Amino acid sequence: MAIAMEEDDRVFLMGEDIGVYGGAFQVTGDLVHRFGEDRVMDTPISELGGAGVAVGAALAGMRPIFEFQFSDFMTLAMEQIVNQAAKIHYMLGGAVSVPLVMRFPAGSGTGAAAQHSQSLEAWLAHVPGLKVIQPSTPYDAKGMLLAAVADPDPVMIFEHKLLYKMKGPVPEGHYTVPIGKAETRRVGRDVTIVATSIMVHKALAAAEQLAAEDIEAEVVDLRSLRPIDTQAIIDSVKHTSRLVCVYEGVKTLGIGAEISASIAESEAFDYLDAPIVRLGGADCPLPYNPELEKAAVPQVPDIIEAVRALVRRKV
Amino acid sequence: MGIMVAGAAADAETLSTGTNMPAIYQRLSAADLREALRKMLLTRRFEESAEESYMRGLIHGTMHLSIGQEATAIGVCVALRESDFITSTHRGHGHCIGRGADVKRMFAEFFGKEDGYCHGRGGSMHIADVSKGNLGANGIVGGGIPIAVGAALAAKKRKSGAVVVAFFGDGANNEGAFHEALNIGALWKLPVVFVCENNGYGMSTSVRRSTAVPNVADRAVAYGIPGVIVDGNRFADVAEAAFAAVERARRGEGPTLIESKTYRIRGHSRSDRNRYRTKEEIESWIARDPIKLFTADLKKFGLTTEAEIAGIRQSVEEEITAAIEFAKASPSPDPAQVTRYVYSN
Repeated sequence: MAIAMEEDDRVFLMGEDIGVYGGAFQVTGDLVHRFGEDRVMDTPISELGGAGVAVGAALAGMRPIFEFQFSDFMTLAMEQIVNQAAKIHYMLGGAVSVPLVMRFPAGSGTGAAAQHSQSLEAWLAHVPGLKVIQPSTPYDAKGMLLAAVADPDPVMIFEHKLLYKMKGPVPEGHYTVPIGKAETRRVGRDVTIVATSIMVHKALAAAEQLAAEDIEAEVVDLRSLRPIDTQAIIDSVKHTSRLVCVYEGVKTLGIGAEISASIAESEAFDYLDAPIVRLGGADCPLPYNPELEKAAVPQVPDIIEAVRALVRRKV
Repeated sequence: MGIMVAGAAADAETLSTGTNMPAIYQRLSAADLREALRKMLLTRRFEESAEESYMRGLIHGTMHLSIGQEATAIGVCVALRESDFITSTHRGHGHCIGRGADVKRMFAEFFGKEDGYCHGRGGSMHIADVSKGNLGANGIVGGGIPIAVGAALAAKKRKSGAVVVAFFGDGANNEGAFHEALNIGALWKLPVVFVCENNGYGMSTSVRRSTAVPNVADRAVAYGIPGVIVDGNRFADVAEAAFAAVERARRGEGPTLIESKTYRIRGHSRSDRNRYRTKEEIESWIARDPIKLFTADLKKFGLTTEAEIAGIRQSVEEEITAAIEFAKASPSPDPAQVTRYVYSN
């Protein structure tokens, strides 16, 4: 964000407690000292108003980056995101764009229970006019953010809270990672695991263990829910003949359903040797108790078990 | 920061200057005033012709007519510069014309045609000429208010000197977006003017049955900004308050909430059977028709003549007829292009 702000004085940050506090997850850190309160703006606890202000500022020539303190709070601002930001370009026949970035700290694993742990990215991915991305590595987090800031349309970034502490190579300076392209994180011949966000790392851990059993899993990091890189999944499934989707959002009517249906509709269907499997969040609110919380979202052993059953299934 | 009644203030001023003429008629040139009358008449005839086109089956979908509210739309827009912005509402045709939109392209949009302002994607509820500083009409009650505050934030950051007017109806004053937007606009002292067109009803529900305070302008107290009540059917009252609020905003002193008390002569939309109000009530407001009041004023103060008004009416008629012909002749959008304009790239 600092690079974007240095490069373009139209870029500014808005959000709750992102100034001297540094953000609930310290993402904005000390940026307020570097760029001042005019460019790192604390908003009142006023998600609908704040989101609308960001939409208006984007319409009128600025490039706001709006932080929701927790992705769950997007429910308070859905009107501005869904009815306004997503549709203004279309409703006005292309006369204006809404170059807006919104950041959503998401996901479970912090013991914050039902109203501070959700993965609601599929809600927004259902809305034409929005772009929805989920970077899973530090490299992508930076590159996709810079791509989002440069994008003329509203880009929603879902950041898993447990990934904020992840370390990994990040080049200095400006670079972008394209929105709408999946990335193969591991090559394998036996099964394709399409995963999002933190599940990419769980899928990679599962793949390592499965390799010891001579099961080679290919791990595709979806990275972008809208636009979705269906072709990358089709190509991978044609090569492995099996598909497992792993995501933290609620399984029912989630992103896995979209992936499964897209594959069923595609030429890759004829290549499938087994039914498609979805591993997603349980059909319940996120619980507080740590053991319950773990049980509510897919874990490494769940992935291993699902893949094993799929690969060893008699055709 | 009490409630000010602009009409009363204006009367006091005219008394002290020893003339009956409202100050705004001296401030604006006779040509400006005739242009304002032309736009009010153009709005009226746009609405009537829209209704007629609907009856004749030329238009599908719904529409929300602003007949009776023209003095508010035009009276506010007259205080704005070309570089200023507005956000508008579902009842936004007058705001659009106030900002100088071309009725040809407005009708084309209404007819769902490719030459419409939104290439047929928006329809009545979203007609806007962005090049004239109209950031869009809005189908969501209160939806444009925070957006106006955001545009005002952009103006402040870019030091453009622009002022943003948020138009909304009385119905919006009970939406959270209204309150959140007023708070942020006041907190950051942004160059925004909140204009509530109180036409008495949110669909069928009267202000009395929906709002806990007697006046929408009373809400201003909660945000430490001036709340001004004007007679929304009197162009001079509206324009006077609009100039004061716009100038205050431009000076960096922050927002004003103007409540323009007016009346919607037609129903809410096509589905309205007028079951919630009386014929007598409607007629009492027709008697206070803003165009009638304004033309009477202009004649009384010698700012125009009957012949000039007839000339304006004639030119408006010609403009409307040509616009409808243009809209009819415009091609429909290609169904294969239905997903065009979802994204910019």
